[in-house]
Amino acid sequence: MSEKKCQTIEEKQYLVRFNADTKSHLTVMDADVCLNHCPDKICTIFCPAEVYKWEEIRMHVGYEGCHECGSCRIGCPHQNIKWEYPKGGHGIVFRLG
Amino acid sequence: MSEKFDVIVVGAGPAGISCAYELAKAGVNVLLIERGEYPGSKNVMGGVLYRKMMEDVIPEFWKEAPLERPVVEQRFMMMDKESAITVGYKGMEWGQEPYNNFTVLRAKFDQWFAGKAVEQGALLVNETVVLECIVENGKVVGVRTDRPDGDLYADVVVLADGVNSLLAKSLGFHKEFRPDEVALATMEIIKLDKKTIEDRFNLEENQGTTIELFGDATKGILGTGFLYTNKDTLSLGVGSLLSGLIKHKIKPYELLEYVKNHPMIRPYIAGGEPVEYLAHMIPEGGYKSMPKVAGNGVLVVGDAAQLVNAIHREGSNLAMKSGQFAAEAVLLAKERDDYSETTLNHYKTRLMSSFVGQDMKKYKDSTHHFDKFPQYFEKYIPMANKAMSQMFTVDGTSKWDKQKKIWRDVGTAGEKLKLARDAYRAWKVMK
Repeated sequence: MSEKKCQTIEEKQYLVRFNADTKSHLTVMDADVCLNHCPDKICTIFCPAEVYKWEEIRMHVGYEGCHECGSCRIGCPHQNIKWEYPKGGHGIVFRLG
Repeated sequence: MSEKFDVIVVGAGPAGISCAYELAKAGVNVLLIERGEYPGSKNVMGGVLYRKMMEDVIPEFWKEAPLERPVVEQRFMMMDKESAITVGYKGMEWGQEPYNNFTVLRAKFDQWFAGKAVEQGALLVNETVVLECIVENGKVVGVRTDRPDGDLYADVVVLADGVNSLLAKSLGFHKEFRPDEVALATMEIIKLDKKTIEDRFNLEENQGTTIELFGDATKGILGTGFLYTNKDTLSLGVGSLLSGLIKHKIKPYELLEYVKNHPMIRPYIAGGEPVEYLAHMIPEGGYKSMPKVAGNGVLVVGDAAQLVNAIHREGSNLAMKSGQFAAEAVLLAKERDDYSETTLNHYKTRLMSSFVGQDMKKYKDSTHHFDKFPQYFEKYIPMANKAMSQMFTVDGTSKWDKQKKIWRDVGTAGEKLKLARDAYRAWKVMK
């Protein structure tokens, strides 16, 4: 029997239904803060959906996979993330839990 | 559509739906706004629904609500890396009417519950985000939605918009929360057939178990894990203060994997297939983080009011009670035709004198205490595990000698004193 364990975040995210908007509800307000003033880039660690990925010189925001938990808004050490709700009916759609 | 309602409730979770239900039942013209595709589509909890507070809203709801299992056993595991001390209680009185609590899956349950409010006459509008409260002359008079011409008016707006409550924040009722005031929880719903669940958890049909996990479940940082039985799925999750994840640079889903692979948990979920992955924040700042809950034309309920008893993993029940009290205050205001803070503050008075406020006060220092002194999770749980192991391992050493060794292993006289002091402190913040 092939057991599906869903160990990686990519596998986990694959279990979730998203109805992504065309526009991001998450905005990095000042790209320079991430580049020059935030060595830890801790959002790339604590975000439960790995929405934030550092790509050499800029923060990639994969808002399409966001669980809308709000952690990034509170956890960003520089309050550099503008956090809104996705447009009504968009974003994550939990089917069970 | 510049429409006017008696009351607008923002957010269809347990708090908002309870409030809308009570108001509609009393004949009030109430609009319930939900940003998700359906009520429950944005809502997450471990899964324990308490019978009493739900019954206070809908008597004998268990006869028709989509519930998973009545919980007949509650266990607590104090975990080390390869061991656990387990305590628990199982009682058949919990397996029959009127029951104590149930496991539920929120996407199913909240839809049903919202439907009941609609049956009472509430108007439910899905897929609508409330962008801000409309404030005129220091009074909330309505909400601005993301629909075209989306301004809606009401005598009272009830904010049931959950842990993030951007609306209460924008009214200045609370500042942005700190990372040590919120927990971040992740969980998986794991599919497993009914019979296997019942065998593994020593259950009969229509019986459920909850297991709370402490200690190594969160690698020693402050937090808890949980494993709950549903009908044909398990809910396995782990939550810890956001500040803890930041400090220890831990990825939440890796912590979840760690729990899944823990030797105390692994056998329970073996062969199961994860079918959903969920992340959500829990307000855990407690009493000290509670925002202002009543203003001119506005009330704040549920998670938005930080109403969570983290020590007892209670939240949805506090939410429902707050929703009911809010409805009560609205009815009083309607009677007096006065929607000022002075009248609506009746809600706060009722809330704080009930078990909700009392429990919030009782545990006001507990999360902060265990956050400030990490030795309980980091040191004492492993120490207790080791002591149990030594005491119960039969190896020819006398029990007196074992006791002496255990006591010696606590450390120097100073460390023993510290243990005693910490035990006293823990008792003090919990008493």
